[in-house]
Amino acid sequence: MRMFRQATAEAMQPATTPRQTTAREPAPSAAPTYRTVGDHRAANPIITARDVNVYYGDKHAIQHVNLDIGLNEVIALIGPSGCGKSTFLRCLNRMNDTIESARVTGEIKLYDEDIYSKQMDVVMLRARVGMVFQKPNPFPKSIYDNVAYGPRIHGLARDRTELDEIVQKSLERAGLWNEVKDRLEEPGTGLSGGQQQRLCIARTIAVSPEVILMDEPCSALDPIATARIEDLIDELRQNYAIVIVTHSMQQAARVSQRTAYFHLGRLIEVGKTEEIFTNPRHKLTEDYITGRFG
Amino acid sequence: MSISTLLAALLALTSVAYIAGRRRAVVGSASAPIRTFHSLPGYYGGYVALWCLLPALALLAIWVVVEPIVLRAAVIDSLPPELAELPEDRFGLFLADVRNLVDGNLVFGAPDPAVQAAAERYAEVRKTSRHLLLGSLLVVGVASLVFALRRVQPAMRARIKVEKAIEYLLIGASLVAILTTIGIFLSVLFEALRFFRLVSPIDFLFGLEWSPQTAIREDQVGSSGAFGAVPLFVGTLLISGIAMLVAVPVGLMSAIYLSEYAGPRMRSWAKPLLELLAGIPTVVYGYFAALWVGPALRRLGDALGLEVASESALGAGLVMGIMIIPFVSSLSDDVINAVPQSLRDGSYGLGATKSETIRQVVLPAALPGIVGAVLLAVSRAIGETMIVVMAAGLAANLSLNPLEAVTTVTVQIVTLLVGDQEFDSAKTLAAFALGLVLFLVTLALNVVALRVVRKYREQYE
Amino acid sequence: MSEPGPVKPNEPPRTRDRVAEGLRRRYMKERAFRLLGLAALLFGLGFLAIFFVTLVSNGASALLQTRILLDVELDPEVIDPEGRRDAVALETANYQQLIRDALNRLFPDVTERSERRALYRLLSPAADLEVRELVLANPALIGETRSLWLLADDDVDMLIKGNIDRDVPESERRLSDAQIGWIDALLDEGRIERKLNRYFFTSGDSRDPELAGIFGATVGSFFMLLVTLVLSFPLGVATAVYLEEFAPRNRWTDLIEVNINNLAAVPSIVFGLLGLALFINAFGLPRSAPLVGGLVLTLMTLPVIIIASRAALKAVPPSIREAALGIGASKMQTVLHHVLPLALPGMLTGTIIGMARALGESAPLLMIGMVAFIVDIPESPLDPATALPVQIFLWADSPERAFVERTSAAILVLLAFLVVMNGIAILLRKRFERRY
Repeated sequence: MRMFRQATAEAMQPATTPRQTTAREPAPSAAPTYRTVGDHRAANPIITARDVNVYYGDKHAIQHVNLDIGLNEVIALIGPSGCGKSTFLRCLNRMNDTIESARVTGEIKLYDEDIYSKQMDVVMLRARVGMVFQKPNPFPKSIYDNVAYGPRIHGLARDRTELDEIVQKSLERAGLWNEVKDRLEEPGTGLSGGQQQRLCIARTIAVSPEVILMDEPCSALDPIATARIEDLIDELRQNYAIVIVTHSMQQAARVSQRTAYFHLGRLIEVGKTEEIFTNPRHKLTEDYITGRFG
Repeated sequence: MSISTLLAALLALTSVAYIAGRRRAVVGSASAPIRTFHSLPGYYGGYVALWCLLPALALLAIWVVVEPIVLRAAVIDSLPPELAELPEDRFGLFLADVRNLVDGNLVFGAPDPAVQAAAERYAEVRKTSRHLLLGSLLVVGVASLVFALRRVQPAMRARIKVEKAIEYLLIGASLVAILTTIGIFLSVLFEALRFFRLVSPIDFLFGLEWSPQTAIREDQVGSSGAFGAVPLFVGTLLISGIAMLVAVPVGLMSAIYLSEYAGPRMRSWAKPLLELLAGIPTVVYGYFAALWVGPALRRLGDALGLEVASESALGAGLVMGIMIIPFVSSLSDDVINAVPQSLRDGSYGLGATKSETIRQVVLPAALPGIVGAVLLAVSRAIGETMIVVMAAGLAANLSLNPLEAVTTVTVQIVTLLVGDQEFDSAKTLAAFALGLVLFLVTLALNVVALRVVRKYREQYE
Repeated sequence: MSEPGPVKPNEPPRTRDRVAEGLRRRYMKERAFRLLGLAALLFGLGFLAIFFVTLVSNGASALLQTRILLDVELDPEVIDPEGRRDAVALETANYQQLIRDALNRLFPDVTERSERRALYRLLSPAADLEVRELVLANPALIGETRSLWLLADDDVDMLIKGNIDRDVPESERRLSDAQIGWIDALLDEGRIERKLNRYFFTSGDSRDPELAGIFGATVGSFFMLLVTLVLSFPLGVATAVYLEEFAPRNRWTDLIEVNINNLAAVPSIVFGLLGLALFINAFGLPRSAPLVGGLVLTLMTLPVIIIASRAALKAVPPSIREAALGIGASKMQTVLHHVLPLALPGMLTGTIIGMARALGESAPLLMIGMVAFIVDIPESPLDPATALPVQIFLWADSPERAFVERTSAAILVLLAFLVVMNGIAILLRKRFERRY
């Protein structure tokens, strides 16, 4: 217990002073006040985040995070509640734009395009970086219309056959086709929780994004539905880069190749999943995964 | 001696009762020391006071109801036979004269000696009655006071009894709402039934011609005026329809803009300003419609080569629509805000723009609630009176042309009932038949709308 | 587009290209939709602006009233030829003659009778009352010649305020050419001025616009609101307390609840029908009396107060009830001593808002005869009276041009009352708003 306190204090100490000074006038170039343990780079990076800071009003919610998202891999973001992992996730497709007080500094690149630059179009960005939410949120429309929504607004299908094809393919990939193919016109809200979440995944992949962000996609589901989603994530990895925020360390261990551990807005440690779980190098990571807090 | 004096006397007695009851519990007695009392002394005071007040009050109420009947009978007894045999309505007028004279109200012209005599008799009987009333009030009050005072014992649980009495009082208050509804329904129904004895409901509901004025002239021959209300229904729907065409899109879009686009600063001043429109009395809208909008539309029509009546349905509908804008917008605002943020996030997360999200996700999700809001707005438009009284026509044209003058149900109710009226003519009774239709239609709309809105709320809770 | 790193998976360029194709069109639609929303909002607010500008520009002129300066000789021969100087003589004297004499002195060349009558019509029929008032207040003035600003006729007033067009042919004008000539002469001499219109605030209705005021209607409205307040506040609060704190949840209380919600949406004119059938025809209460108006408005306001009071009771956290019950207070004591005082500001706010609505209501009052022409100021809730909104309705119907500005001014007064009432409600809410 004493050790833990020391470790926390150690991690907190350097941040307090700069946080106060940067609260009012945050300088994007302010030097990081801590070092992330492990290698933040990926083999085939699609998204590269460098020195990312997020402020909610005066609150410094994300501090100097560097992280790559690589192709064909699932990266899990773990950490105790309020550590900033969801906030970071939402930065990657600018979902934080909807929160008025939020401000993001630093650089996040999708390939070589800065997603926070003026040239980047949010609509385009979100078509390329899709998102699945914590609670299944199917639209109050039919199952078909739920999946067809994205292709329709983006004009992805030239005609009805093409749209039918996209819908069917997406539902198949989400492993839902066999369950719903006879009732595509029924409302999506009538499905069970797990089916709803798979519908939301199908809705996301119908747009053919390059990256899929998942914000605790299984937290509202029972174990059986969770297992199905996890299998699905593993399959989807063949075609997409996936970032998943999870509260469950078992889930992170099961589905991800790399794991990043966040603590109080900082990326403490990042590395191969089996290494993080078997041989954490930072004291805080160790405390978390051994269940001393969280 | 007026009723208010009697009431004051009764209240004085009640306060005496309170003090007596309280004192008895404070002082206690040898057999019942203070500490043994179940409740605080005040409750014993209240207990005795209630006992003193309620029976006497009941007596007073009965007396007030019965007294006029007795007085009337007494006056009739003393009247010369030729007066006593007057027809019912003339006799009513005669009695009113008598009462006016007794109360010292201004009566035009020198009072008729018969009236004078009757008034004297009336005053005399009333005086006796009031004395008798005072006496019985005192007897009842004091008797129940003494009875209650004797019950002030340690074991008597005064607090519980007083609280029970207050609870019954509260129940009584909440029954007023029910009684009002029943009262509206029965009083309007009763008069409407009298109307339907003169005019068949089929003719009324499906007749195409409405001219109650001629009916009065034909009254002598046999009351078969034209009481076909279809032109009124059509006129009402036409004006309400125009109003909804203005209010629904404008109100809905304002609500969307305020809740989805406007920044918090704009919202903080624009929303109250818009709601200010709802606080403006309808008579002001009517004035505006009649004096400014009507003539302006007429001039505009002249410029365009169109014939626009100065009391056109368009003018009244337009202004009514403006009146309903804040109603629609604040209801829609509630409904739109009830759509969970997660649905919006889901849409934004797929790359939808704001307007795509609103049109394809938020509005469909909010649709039931919006339908409920629109139904409530329709019911308000149908029942709106002052705007149409001031800005719509009086003549019952069966027309769907918004440039012509049409009349509405509420306009006809007002024109039929304002001014001097005999209560038994088909003309005045027709107003109640129209009122019944209005009440039932708006009630049905409200019931449906409130149910729809409630269902909608539950869906997202 | 050159991209470092590996080739992208599953050929997503299709998504990218197709999204890019549609972007311009979609953003245009977005802007159009946003503009549509803004336009809708501005439509409503624009109407509000037009509304107030029109009312103020029309109503402001009613605050001033044209008066004509005349040198009135308070001739003892005319006022009191017998020299009695008692009240009766002074009250019944022919003051009109004094004014006419003064006018004759000003325009000695007007000799023909019909012309003279036209000249006399420049002054209000009530101008002599003003002279009488002066003499009654100070009989010692008799014999002197005083320069008095006397009330002009409404047609003169309208001409001075520019509401009568001089270019219209004489036959279609309310003032003859000769009358306009005299008015111009008076103007040149500085004998015509606009002074504060005191009648507007102190008198009742009148057929002569220059004498018509809103005081009678205001008093009528006041009595009505008094009756409404005295009845609806206790009833409303009692109902809310019962439903919120005591009532069991069963079919009966459900019925009451549905009933109250529906009652709030019943058209006001139906309440007027109830008032007519029940209070006037069945109970025999007098027509046109504020008492009946107040009763009708009570029934209308009750649902508003009940709904607001229930909301106020709901906002009192259960912990306060539990605290009181926990130390042995009875249910009734808990409610009366703890819950009710906390909920009272909210209830008062709701009541004031309900009162403000009642003040603006006119349709049901038409049904119960409060639409009569009433000159006298009512002295009790049983006297015949009218109400402010009904007065506006009556004046809006009057043909005289001078009533237009009075209608606007009366509306402004009504709106001022409403603003004050709502302002108090908002202040009350701000002051006592608690966050538990």
